[in-house]
Amino acid sequence: MADTDPKKPQDEGNEGGLFTTLKGKVKSPAQLNEELKETKVWKSIFRHKLDDSPRNRSLAVLSNVFLHLHPARINRDAVRYNFTWGMGGITFYLFIILTLTGTLLMFYFHPSKGEAYRDIMFLQYDVPFGNLLRNMHRWAAHAMVITTWLHMLRVFMTGSYKPPREFNWNIGVLLLLFTMLLSFTGYLLPDDQLGFWAVTVGTNMARATPVLGHEGPFGPELGITAFNDVRFALLGGSVVDSNALLRAYIWHCIAIPIIASILMMVHFWRIRKDGAISGPAPVMLEAEAARKK
Amino acid sequence: MTGLQLPYLAEMDWHQLWYMLSKPDNVPIVLLLFMCPFYVWMAFSQARKNDRLIAQLEADPELAKTHHRTIFPYQKGWPKTVQVWPFLLKREFLATVIVTIILIVWSICLDAPLEDPANPNLTMNPSKAPWYFLGLQELLVYFDPWIAGVVLPSIILLGLMAIPYIDVNPRGNGYYTWKQRKFAIGTFLFGFLGLWVSMVIIGTFIRGPGWLWFNPGQTWDHHRVDHQVNRDLHEFFGVDGALPEALFGLGFLIICAGVIGGVTHACMKKMLPEMLKRLSMLQYQVLMQLWILQVLVLVKIVLRLTFTVKNVWVTPWFNI
Ligand code: HEM
Repeated sequence: MADTDPKKPQDEGNEGGLFTTLKGKVKSPAQLNEELKETKVWKSIFRHKLDDSPRNRSLAVLSNVFLHLHPARINRDAVRYNFTWGMGGITFYLFIILTLTGTLLMFYFHPSKGEAYRDIMFLQYDVPFGNLLRNMHRWAAHAMVITTWLHMLRVFMTGSYKPPREFNWNIGVLLLLFTMLLSFTGYLLPDDQLGFWAVTVGTNMARATPVLGHEGPFGPELGITAFNDVRFALLGGSVVDSNALLRAYIWHCIAIPIIASILMMVHFWRIRKDGAISGPAPVMLEAEAARKK
Repeated sequence: MTGLQLPYLAEMDWHQLWYMLSKPDNVPIVLLLFMCPFYVWMAFSQARKNDRLIAQLEADPELAKTHHRTIFPYQKGWPKTVQVWPFLLKREFLATVIVTIILIVWSICLDAPLEDPANPNLTMNPSKAPWYFLGLQELLVYFDPWIAGVVLPSIILLGLMAIPYIDVNPRGNGYYTWKQRKFAIGTFLFGFLGLWVSMVIIGTFIRGPGWLWFNPGQTWDHHRVDHQVNRDLHEFFGVDGALPEALFGLGFLIICAGVIGGVTHACMKKMLPEMLKRLSMLQYQVLMQLWILQVLVLVKIVLRLTFTVKNVWVTPWFNI
């Protein structure tokens, strides 16, 4: 019983022992925590106090580079999932997952005929967690296409493309295009029958581009052949082969991610500049609509 | 006891059906099949509430002055905004956790497909584009590749980009509604669900070897040949010769466009007179052209499926 008496010093009867020597010198975790926040290192990283005040809550968002895309305060109903469905945010999060898993996949992947397919087998059967990695990358990519469509559906259904957000809708349409192209270029990379024929079917349509394709209207008349049309430019050849694999790889891993990232920066910046998220806005009545030009 | 006679179900090839639904790359479209209706319902259930609120406020101008005008609870004295930290960030965090869990479970349970190594000498039958492009591949049935693969996708993108500039209706900016935006929402859903998503689903689940039509659960017959002979529209009318054919097709398209445009214009005049007044000439033209094109695509699809029409407009350089 005596041991649990809080008032009784633990080290009684231990004169000159370890506890007495350290007494007063040992700090409680709470104390340590306080002192940590006074250190130069801490202060150099975190620029604001942590006590719970509206000011500090705002600073938590505004002084953090990852969070400062948010405003400090937003429409109290805009945080509800049933307004935005969280779709834009989920799309962005999937893009981040894809960047991370994609970078890890790149460590194991050679974009050349013969090696590419073996690398995928290697990932599936030998690399620790390689199969999980590949699966996550694949399914996140499919999911991102779906969430982008649904995000567009949401933006349309809430009329959020209306002034002043017309331009951001356009950035969105480009993001839609590049999301699908990102997924499409990745489809070829395992260099299996699925990807090969999907890309063959897909790029065959480019043969028929008017003027620029060798089977398109006015193409042959203008001297376009299978060796100088747009399809040739896309594939780096007249058939889907090693050059096509390399081009798909570079578009997929470098060019399109950069383009999409830039578009996303503009997209997010614009959301802020257009006065944050569009709603849930007060409903407009007929008389007000009539007054509005 | 005769029991229920369900010949269709009895002949169902469940194995084939399961093969289609469970192909790893088709699973996302199975998801889409559920998510699209769910989110459309989600949008409309909020639209219905907003529309009810609007009707109530229109009827009671006094209430309109004091009401906070959204369907969400609000009391005097409550701030109109909340701190992002923690009220938004906690929800964003929760969303990322949920997405991560779903993705990891999905990735553990279902392996990404890997077929045999690419072999240009062994054509896959059917060879399908990735599912999100199957709408375009399905269009190939009805149109030449330069239209299905190049012109229509470009018009879809340009049309989407034009939306904010041709929708002049100031209502429904930032809230769900149906009654205030019937034309816009109807047109968009017709295009998105009626054409795009439907064709993705047809391309994924219905099209089999040779890109032939197989009902769900109908066994894939790799030797089936399509005996259907498609004829150009002018053949139905006995038009012959390059110039008459070209003129006939052009005339047919112009008449179709005129009828669609005329009917639409008349309907707008009757139902949306205010919208017509707001549209500038350029906006009206763009809106009309896009709308007519969308309907014409449907007309061509229906003509092919019901009357086996191959082309409606044949010229020496291109066919439509
Ligand atoms: C890679 C694809 C995309 C990403 C990562 C993305 C991200 C986001 C995010 C995070 C938001 C904030 C609100 C929300 O979560 O809904 C947003 C809003 C918005 N997005 Fe996107 N988006 C993408 C594609 C699109 C597309 C395809 C469109 C339309 C064609 C679009 C149009 C808009 C518009 C107009 C807003 C403002 C909405 C409002 O104020 O209510 N975005 N986007």
